[in-house]
Amino acid sequence: MEEGNTIAKRAGSRLCCLCNERKPALKRPKTLEQICRDCFYNVFEEEIHQVIVGNHLFKAGERVAIGASGGKDSTVLAYVMSELNRRHNYGLDLFLLSVDEGITGYRDDSLETVKRNEVQYGLPLKIVSYKDLYGWTMDEIVKVIGLKNNCTFCGVFRRQALDRGAAYLKVDKLVTGHNADDIAETVLLNILRGDVARLSRCTSITTGEDGPIPRCKPFKYTYEKEIVIYPCSDCKIFNQNHTYAYFKKLDYFSTECIYSPNAYRGFAREFIKDLERMRPRAIVDIIKSGENFRISTSTKMPEQGTCERCGYISSQKWCKACVLLEGLNRGLPKLGIGRSRFLENSNDNRKEAKRNDGDRSIESKQCGSLDF
Amino acid sequence: MHLTLEFGGGLELLCDSVKIHNVDVELKKGLEKLTMKDLLAWVRTNLIKERPEMFMKGDTVRPGVLVLVNDCDWELSGQLETTLQEKDVVVFISTLHGG
Repeated sequence: MEEGNTIAKRAGSRLCCLCNERKPALKRPKTLEQICRDCFYNVFEEEIHQVIVGNHLFKAGERVAIGASGGKDSTVLAYVMSELNRRHNYGLDLFLLSVDEGITGYRDDSLETVKRNEVQYGLPLKIVSYKDLYGWTMDEIVKVIGLKNNCTFCGVFRRQALDRGAAYLKVDKLVTGHNADDIAETVLLNILRGDVARLSRCTSITTGEDGPIPRCKPFKYTYEKEIVIYPCSDCKIFNQNHTYAYFKKLDYFSTECIYSPNAYRGFAREFIKDLERMRPRAIVDIIKSGENFRISTSTKMPEQGTCERCGYISSQKWCKACVLLEGLNRGLPKLGIGRSRFLENSNDNRKEAKRNDGDRSIESKQCGSLDF
Repeated sequence: MHLTLEFGGGLELLCDSVKIHNVDVELKKGLEKLTMKDLLAWVRTNLIKERPEMFMKGDTVRPGVLVLVNDCDWELSGQLETTLQEKDVVVFISTLHGG
């Protein structure tokens, strides 16, 4: 081997763009800069701090719950929030909030990770479960509805579950680890589905300000690649050998949900990843396009009201969670999926009642009222 | 050539749930160098036991899989053209899972 040349080439004749001292460890997709590990940590953390401050996400003294699944985004979020809170004196009371959907072999493992995070970061943890809230675990739901549309149930239920948990903790805000890739995917999904109402909201960094608990996404402009790599060679606290933020050696759980392979979002995700390979800026550019959509004044938009059954915010008579739950409890798993969304149409669904699994009548738990 | 390969982010499930592999890769006859392109082909044949499409797409890794050679992003060293040396550590991390 031409040792001399190869070594020089591999060692990188270039140095980090920012400090000009150290060897680069990563090429940032957002800027195409080649930067070293230390500069990356600084830039990563500083950018998120600027997003938090620039968008006025928090006020001093607020109680904030971090939606924590044990996966890479929420683990990094918990770490970074706790670090920035300390470093920049945000004055926030932070909590970890986790949802147990009841998926054996997936969620039970990732919850172990969150429990470790509770200890590692010193943040109090609250876990809410579908079983307690709705009377159904995802495993039970999938047995009834099959492997299609399960993400619809899970997503709708999770949203409410987080709000319940947040209300229990009496927090002022909820933060989630949605990253730039996620938001770009959502923009595309909403375009593909013609969901104009969601399209108009999905790029907002804070949502639900007129609802029970506002929620925000500090990672809105953070690339998934950077979240995974966010390394730290001299981080002494977390010595686990998982990737984190591969560099930071943070402890997180990484497997795909066993029920997700058929999710529609998967297609948007593949597409976004292919786009990123060609032109990495495409992700933030899609978000920018999304932020600048304006809805035509002649488009009819849904009005926000409250669910008649449980009081949760809803644009229909019943909120989606109540509709889905009703469907499950009456043995009409298609209720709320597809065209007939209203309970008034249940006449049409009588034919489907023949598909009833027979003895599947778990007493339907009321969604309960949210005391706000 | 002796190398250490690590699989993370769920990719280990494609290799019998083993995260770290210490391997000995034979160089192709007549060639002195081993490139990442050669290594990927080798991995696909020898280590990936199921669903190879989760790991590779065409000649390169599936979009969404990060590759680090000695803790450095392979985008810095030429991606598929990166040359490997004895005792190098190559890490493959999938980003394609929930957070």
